[in-house]
Order: sequence, then C-alpha cells, then structure tokens
Amino acid sequence: MIEAAFNDRLGPNFILDVAFAVPASGVTALLGASGSGKTSVLRALAGLDRRHGSLTVAGEVWQDATRFVPPHRRRVGYVPQTLGLLPHLTVGGNLDYAARRAGAGRFDRTEIVARTAIASLLDRHPKSLSGGEAQRASVARALLGQPLMLLMDEPLSALDTAARGAMLHLLEALLADAAIPVFYVTHDAAEAQRLASRTIRLDRGRVVAV
Amino acid sequence: MNLVVATTFELALVTTVLLLLLATPLAWWLARSRTAWKEVVGALSALPLVLPPTVIGFYVLVALGPASPLMTVLHPFGIRSLAFTFTGLVIGSIFYSLPFAVQPLRTAFEGVGDAPLDLAATMGAAPLDRFMTIALPLARRGFVSAAILVFAHTIGEFGVVLMIGGAIPGRTEVLSTRIYSLVESLQFGAAHAIAGALTVFAFVTLLALLLVERRLGGVRP
Repeated sequence: MIEAAFNDRLGPNFILDVAFAVPASGVTALLGASGSGKTSVLRALAGLDRRHGSLTVAGEVWQDATRFVPPHRRRVGYVPQTLGLLPHLTVGGNLDYAARRAGAGRFDRTEIVARTAIASLLDRHPKSLSGGEAQRASVARALLGQPLMLLMDEPLSALDTAARGAMLHLLEALLADAAIPVFYVTHDAAEAQRLASRTIRLDRGRVVAV
Repeated sequence: MNLVVATTFELALVTTVLLLLLATPLAWWLARSRTAWKEVVGALSALPLVLPPTVIGFYVLVALGPASPLMTVLHPFGIRSLAFTFTGLVIGSIFYSLPFAVQPLRTAFEGVGDAPLDLAATMGAAPLDRFMTIALPLARRGFVSAAILVFAHTIGEFGVVLMIGGAIPGRTEVLSTRIYSLVESLQFGAAHAIAGALTVFAFVTLLALLLVERRLGGVRP
C-alpha cells in the first residue's frame, strides 16, 4: 500500500489537506482543476517539497514526524509537464544520467528506447525536440532511473492534438506493463478514465472523491 | 619592468583563482537561499562597488598590520604582519573584486532554476552531485564572465594595491602604481606607454567577455 497524508498551509488562502491509501500497483489518477493541489501532492510524494505529513510506500516510511527521506533516495521517476530533460545534455546523455545513478533494474535501456521511439533522437539536445519527442524522452529517462514509483504531472497538457493522441496510446501500453505504482496528475477526466485504475479527485487542496 | 608586469599578472591570476573558489559557494547560497537575510550578505559583498578603494585599502591595511587581532592569532606561526607583502595584496584584491565574481555567478545560478535540479534529484543525484553536474555546467557562462571581470579588474586596481602594498619595487609594485611613480617623476613617455597598453588590454578583455557571452549564450536553459 501507499499511504499518504499531507496537511500544510501553502499560501494565505490555500491549505493542502489530503489523505489517501492506494495499492502499490496500477495507475492512480490525481484529478482536479487548476489550483486544486494536484502538483503539490505529486511534489510531496517525490520529496521535492517538504510538507507536514506522512508517507509510507510498500511498508517503508519515507516521511513521518521524525523522518524525511530526501528525493534522491526515494527512487521515483518524475515526468513534469515540460522541461522533463536536463537542458545541457543530449537525449542519450539524459538517459545515461539516470541509468548511471540507478544501476541495472527491471527497465532495459534498449527496450525502453525502442518502445518510446527515441532511437533517432539520442544525439539531439532537448531544445531541438518537438513537444511530443521531448515527452517521450522524458518518460524513457524517468523509467531508466529504475523507479519504485512513477509520478507524472500532466504529461500531455503541453502537446498538440496529434502528439497527444500518440502519447496517450504509448502511455496506455507502457503503464500497463510497468508493474510499478504510477500517480498521474491530470485535469482531464477522460484521460484519467482511459489510463488509471483508480481516481483521487481533488478540490481546493482536499480529497473530494476516491 | 618585466618584474612589474609579472607581479601584476601573478596578482591577477592568483586573485581570480582564489576569488572564484570563495565566491562560488557564496553566490550559490545567495541564489538558492530563501531567507530575506541573505540580502544583508548580498549588500555586504557588493560594497566594494560603491566604496572608495582607499576605504577598503585602509581597513585591510589595519587588519593585516602587526597590531590587529587577526595578526595576533598568526603570531605563533611566525607571521607578524602581511601589510606591504604580496599576500597582503592578494587579500586586498579579493575584497576589492568580490562583487565582480559574486554578481555574475549569482545571476548565473539563479538562471539555472529549480526544474533541472529537481529532475536530477529524482534521478538519484545527491546535492553535491546536482551542484557539480547540473548547476556548474549550466552556469558556466557566469564563471567565464566572473573570471574575465575579476582578472581585468585586478589588473586595473590602484588605490587598494597602493594602500596595502606601498608600491615597493620588486615586491608589490604593479603596472598601475608604476604609472603613478613615473608621472610623479615626470617620465610621461614611459607612463604613456604603460597607460596605452593597459587601455588596449582593457578593451580586448571586454571584447573577449562579450564574444564569449555571445558564444555561450546558446547553452542557457
């Protein structure tokens, strides 16, 4: 199980107050409008922002009142909306950066490169990629970090319709085979329904439905 | 004359290397810290931009003199005073050129932003690893700017080196203080030659700075 509870004031008019427990497998959609706290929850899960609360992943405490595992020791894969690649490295360099720090694991480089169709992009720099290419490379980079958990923050929102359809198709197949828990942030209910096995709906920093 | 040129360039080189080492952690902290108090430190580090060089020279001279508490601490090591020494010149130059290193480095580190550092953290990079593999390469334009500015600024400094070094021939005399000595002894021709050379040097340095910044512009995130 993944058990999370965060309660923190993020601004003068915004309190994040969420608690949920989900199985440590399958895709969990974090669904809500802009400003509902989806990304804040995702960043707290990654340890990128330290919020008051607790987090236990498959029996391992990542955060409680006395303990906080920093992000570099959490083994999470993070795919942001944009800027999902290190700008000074090529696509191949990005994959190497993740792989070198993670070591070998269940995700094989050759297979991931083939499935995300980025073999022809390995020598290119992120600024020369289209939105769809960059997101495919970002997903590959996240998986080659051999994550225990994959966190995706609206990975389709910056793409045009054609790239969005292709990416959705890719994610559908990739996430079904990934065999790791995935948190997928989106504001699109149809996207959540298509990709996720369960949905946590957020509104103004609170869980309103699971 | 060769010794004066050597002393001048040795001072500039040593100051540049030491100042980059000292200014890098300070600039990183100024760029990343969220405390408002950092601006007190930021203002202190920028003080040499507005203070007369003689003020900096005076305080450094007092601090490096035999009666200062700092020198008292160094007495057991056989060091009674660093005034009128090359080491004293380096210390004074570091204070005088501090903002020329801190400002470009701080701006460059701020330009790196959170996104690549967060990404690297999720890929298992510890803080020092993130600094070395993400912040330094993305801020390299700032390092080039800082190095060129500090080097050129140290070549051109006068008030601080005169106060701390006393322009002792063969020990602490540099090109800028040599010009002053030559003018005092009415050797305008020789002074003109050095002044002209320094003017050309300053122009070439600034041109190099602009060209390097232009060339490295493409690597910014």
